[in-house]
Amino acid sequence: MSDALINTLASVVANATPLVIAGLGETINERAGVINLSLDGSLALSAMFGFVAAQASGNLVVGLLAAAITGAIIALIVAVAGIELRQDQVAIGFVLTLLCADLAQFLGQSVAHTRPVVEMLNVPIPILSNIPVVGTILFNQDIMVYFSYILIFGTWYVLFHTRIGLAHRAVGERPEAAFARGTNVNRLRYVCTAIGGALVGIAGAAYSLGTKPGWTNPPVMQGDGWIALAIVIFGGWHPFRVVLGAYLFSGLRALSSAIQRTPSLNIPLVLLNGLPWVLMILTLVLVSSGVIERLLSVLPRPLQKWTRNFLRSDPPAALGTRFDPEAK
Amino acid sequence: MDIELRHIHKHFGPVHANNDISFTVKGGRIVGVLGENGAGKSTLMKILSGYQPADSGDILLDGVRAAYHRPEAAIAAGIGMLQQDPLDIPAFTVLENLVYGQPGGLFLSRKNAQKQLGDLCGRFGFALDADAPIVSLSIGQRQQLEIVRLLALGIKTLILDEPTTGISAEQKDILFDALRKLSKNEGMSVLLVSHKLEDVIALCDEVVVLRAGKLVGDAQMPVTKAELVRLMFGQELAPQTRAQVPLGQTVVSFDKVTLRGKRVTVENFALDIRAGEVIGLAGLDGSGQELIARACAGLIKPQHGTIRIAGKNMAGKPYRDFLRSGVAFGAAGRLEEGLIAGLTLTEHIALTSSDEALVNWPRARDLTETQLKLYNVRGRSTDTIERLSGGNQQRVLMALLPQKPVLLALEQPTRGLDVDSARWIWQQLLARRASGTAILFTSPDLDELVAYSDRILVLYAGKVYEIADAGATTIDELGHLIGGDFQKAAP
Amino acid sequence: MSKNRTWFQVVFAVAPIIVSLAITSALILTVNADPIAVFQSEWNGAFRSPTVFAGVINFWMPLALCSMGLIVTFTAGLWNIGVEGQIGMGAVFATWAALFVTLPQPAQIALEIALGFLGGALWGALVGFLKTQLGVHEIFGGVALNSLANVITIYLVTGPWSPPGGASKQSTAPFVTNALLPQISADFPVSLLMLILTFAAIIGVILILRGTRWGLQLKATGKNARSALLLGVPTTRSAISALMVCGGLAGIAGAFRVLFVYQSLRTLVSGGIGFLALLVVLLVAVRALWAPLIALIFALFLGGSTRLKIELGLDESLVGVLQGLIVLLVLLASGLRQRLSERDSGRGDLAGRPYEQPISAEQQEAVPHE
Repeated sequence: MSDALINTLASVVANATPLVIAGLGETINERAGVINLSLDGSLALSAMFGFVAAQASGNLVVGLLAAAITGAIIALIVAVAGIELRQDQVAIGFVLTLLCADLAQFLGQSVAHTRPVVEMLNVPIPILSNIPVVGTILFNQDIMVYFSYILIFGTWYVLFHTRIGLAHRAVGERPEAAFARGTNVNRLRYVCTAIGGALVGIAGAAYSLGTKPGWTNPPVMQGDGWIALAIVIFGGWHPFRVVLGAYLFSGLRALSSAIQRTPSLNIPLVLLNGLPWVLMILTLVLVSSGVIERLLSVLPRPLQKWTRNFLRSDPPAALGTRFDPEAK
Repeated sequence: MDIELRHIHKHFGPVHANNDISFTVKGGRIVGVLGENGAGKSTLMKILSGYQPADSGDILLDGVRAAYHRPEAAIAAGIGMLQQDPLDIPAFTVLENLVYGQPGGLFLSRKNAQKQLGDLCGRFGFALDADAPIVSLSIGQRQQLEIVRLLALGIKTLILDEPTTGISAEQKDILFDALRKLSKNEGMSVLLVSHKLEDVIALCDEVVVLRAGKLVGDAQMPVTKAELVRLMFGQELAPQTRAQVPLGQTVVSFDKVTLRGKRVTVENFALDIRAGEVIGLAGLDGSGQELIARACAGLIKPQHGTIRIAGKNMAGKPYRDFLRSGVAFGAAGRLEEGLIAGLTLTEHIALTSSDEALVNWPRARDLTETQLKLYNVRGRSTDTIERLSGGNQQRVLMALLPQKPVLLALEQPTRGLDVDSARWIWQQLLARRASGTAILFTSPDLDELVAYSDRILVLYAGKVYEIADAGATTIDELGHLIGGDFQKAAP
Repeated sequence: MSKNRTWFQVVFAVAPIIVSLAITSALILTVNADPIAVFQSEWNGAFRSPTVFAGVINFWMPLALCSMGLIVTFTAGLWNIGVEGQIGMGAVFATWAALFVTLPQPAQIALEIALGFLGGALWGALVGFLKTQLGVHEIFGGVALNSLANVITIYLVTGPWSPPGGASKQSTAPFVTNALLPQISADFPVSLLMLILTFAAIIGVILILRGTRWGLQLKATGKNARSALLLGVPTTRSAISALMVCGGLAGIAGAFRVLFVYQSLRTLVSGGIGFLALLVVLLVAVRALWAPLIALIFALFLGGSTRLKIELGLDESLVGVLQGLIVLLVLLASGLRQRLSERDSGRGDLAGRPYEQPISAEQQEAVPHE
């Protein structure tokens, strides 16, 4: 494998990392039944606060913490409005998308285009990074990438192999049944939403302190929040598939910028910017039930079950709904 | 465990759902709680099992006053309830459902759980696959899982809410055997909530009867059916008489139709429906009967085959075309499919009563007033539909159906209604049938199927068995058929 | 009691605005500016001169058009986030006529406006097609189509439609006067035609939703598409037609932006008007009569803010922050008010209907369409 290709793949992994973290964060709160639509704004605002805090303190951890807190607070606004105040989660999330983006722009004026004082460096992992090809692609990265690896397996393990995971999924699927088993439905929803939001915040910092250091106007991650939301659907609310979606998107971006650098291909550059959005629609079409059924009817039988299981994407049954224990 | 209820009261707004109810259940006894829909028995059981607090009154467990207001606290006190729609999590597997809610550490032990499931299932002859997802189970199996789950939590009193609706005769036998074992061998007290007299007679040691929120009687078994009826309704019920209607021509015909659902496929299905005919579709939940009812109205498109209405092939056409050809559909969930919460009665009528581009509101209001009187609906034309009671909503739904359809395809037309409302609905349906409308309906209630159908189609896993003369069949035979026992019933 | 009630209402109406202003003031202080000066500049800004006020009206008209369009889609239960892209495509379609067609002025303008409507309507129909036929939720379809409309615009202004010799400029060549909407007067530069169209749209949407079968069908589809379908409503057609009407109105707004405001096609032609219209409609809780009024207040805010940068060196995003805060806090306050008044009157919405099963979660599947 050529060095250029290996480097490209390593950068695909690095560039996918914010999407991985944000996608998993959103998966966590949607699995609990709370939809936080504000990602496109909260990524920007937490990236900005993360950057400001890191600049002021000269400390990356302080920056990450500030970003996580920002993300968690935004997500909790959605949760309080949806659970306690009975407002439409989508409406609140949408308003927050715009509000946070404007806030980030307004408060970020003073730091826009300043030089970062701290940088996230690549930390090769001993032994593992020496593995040919794979070592360079996966294990010579910055700490955010390693954090995302832990997060991927951690989320999966907690969701599907622990008692907390059972309760977590149950409050998103059938809160009445969770209530009957003694789970405090709304409290668990708040906790999951806060964790999901904090991860979205960290994802924001993964841009401003990691892949795209600094703060610009308009922010570099504009639009990625929507991509992350779509990836959660494409991923069928399963951590591994969500991550697969994030890497696919990142790979496609690398491909399209490679095409842009190839002058012999006569494709207008600007049109390539539309590619992620076309891909987003295509992936959502692919996992919609009607299309799966149509696809299945033309596939040979042995492939049917496998295809259905692979593409199936049922949202948590109680996503976006309220649960009032007294109304039973 | 002995349970004593003392002066339980519960209000919902103006309704006095439980009015000064007191009785005692001794350990090792099976007590039937009888009453028609709306008598207050489900409310009482929810109070006993911690789902709802009582407004006033006491519960004594083995003579000690109990105070719990949550289901898991009731379970800790030894009382568990099997809901009519089992409270499991559809996205989980059997094992996950069993384990969820049990005390224990963060990590799950698959081995222990599997052993527990195996032991409990073995004791009662339940067949549950540990890794099967809940959505692949029948209601009977989901009940078995809930019972196993509650037993694993160490309950000493089991409450069952209408457990025999929607399960086969075999599953009912297994269930009743398990309940007898639990009470006789292990001293468990069992409360069976039901409006089905046969079940109570077959299983219970004693009964208490509720009517309009009050305890109106109790008796030690055996008691005759007639006596129970008198206790329940305060009078003998006049038997339903079935008017013979001459059947007309074939109005809807299925030929070589394949319908694919999420869980079941009906293949090579053929059926001719004649004018004035009532066809009942029997079967366990998800056996394919709802596919047929929906296909009649074009809500499910067949994979193969033809569906002819008045000779014209309609397969693949949308619902609106079926509606224009005279097929109307009524779904089981009134407020989910059929009525529109947030719209007023007048708006409902305006929506269905004309095709003009501009709505004539004064005329729609007049028409609504007329219809409300005609269908005896308690409600005002300016009320939004969700403010009406279930029975009144069903009446509105009747008023919205086309006047003389060729075929009415109905899912569980009397679900959740009290006896009076259910009878009223059938009067309306039979009146339309008298003018030539064919009716095809599904029901989990075998009595209803036998009482009103001319023909019954029994479905099991997508396969169809036809009972050509519904008058000649029995509840018991039908109960075996819906369990898939087609050979035994075949003459 | 009733006096208490009135108090209650007043507090909950005023509090969100006061709190928003307070938070915004705090934000202004963090960037070392004087909030009083900012609000003064805002207040004076909008009414400074007839020309500036005309600017406010010129901003209000497309905002009101989009808001009325969104009233239609919200009535049908649709989150038409794609309204931004629908503005953009209206602008693109109108630009084609402005650049490449030459007709007598009335016919020219009629064609441009009609094409603007068509462009927006087609982009709206695409959202509807994706939703009803391919199962892509309108929020995601809309977001993607917004970006695609933007990409198409950039492609056109930098490529095929770029002005001769000036491909680096992010706009087409200025349109010829014949293709532009005339203004009322040089002192009060407002398009009379657009004013008429806007009022027609406001009145038209209100009347159509109240008095026509289509309006009733939209309402039924929006409240419960499954039931509506069973009652004979063509739900797919309702959804797509609602999106087309909204898209069409947004398309006219887009046409106006290029034919009057910018006098050429440029990138980001919508100026965020579509998203702002969504905020307006959320703020008025989809009440058609209030939307144009709130749109006017928002337009005044923005009209006043144009000089913030020049006079005080503040970013215009401040106005967006204030608007977002007001909408957020109004929504939260209305939730709080409902909660509190429920607590007053005892039990909530289930009171009086004890035997109704709450709608079980598993029955809420995706909205079906024919």
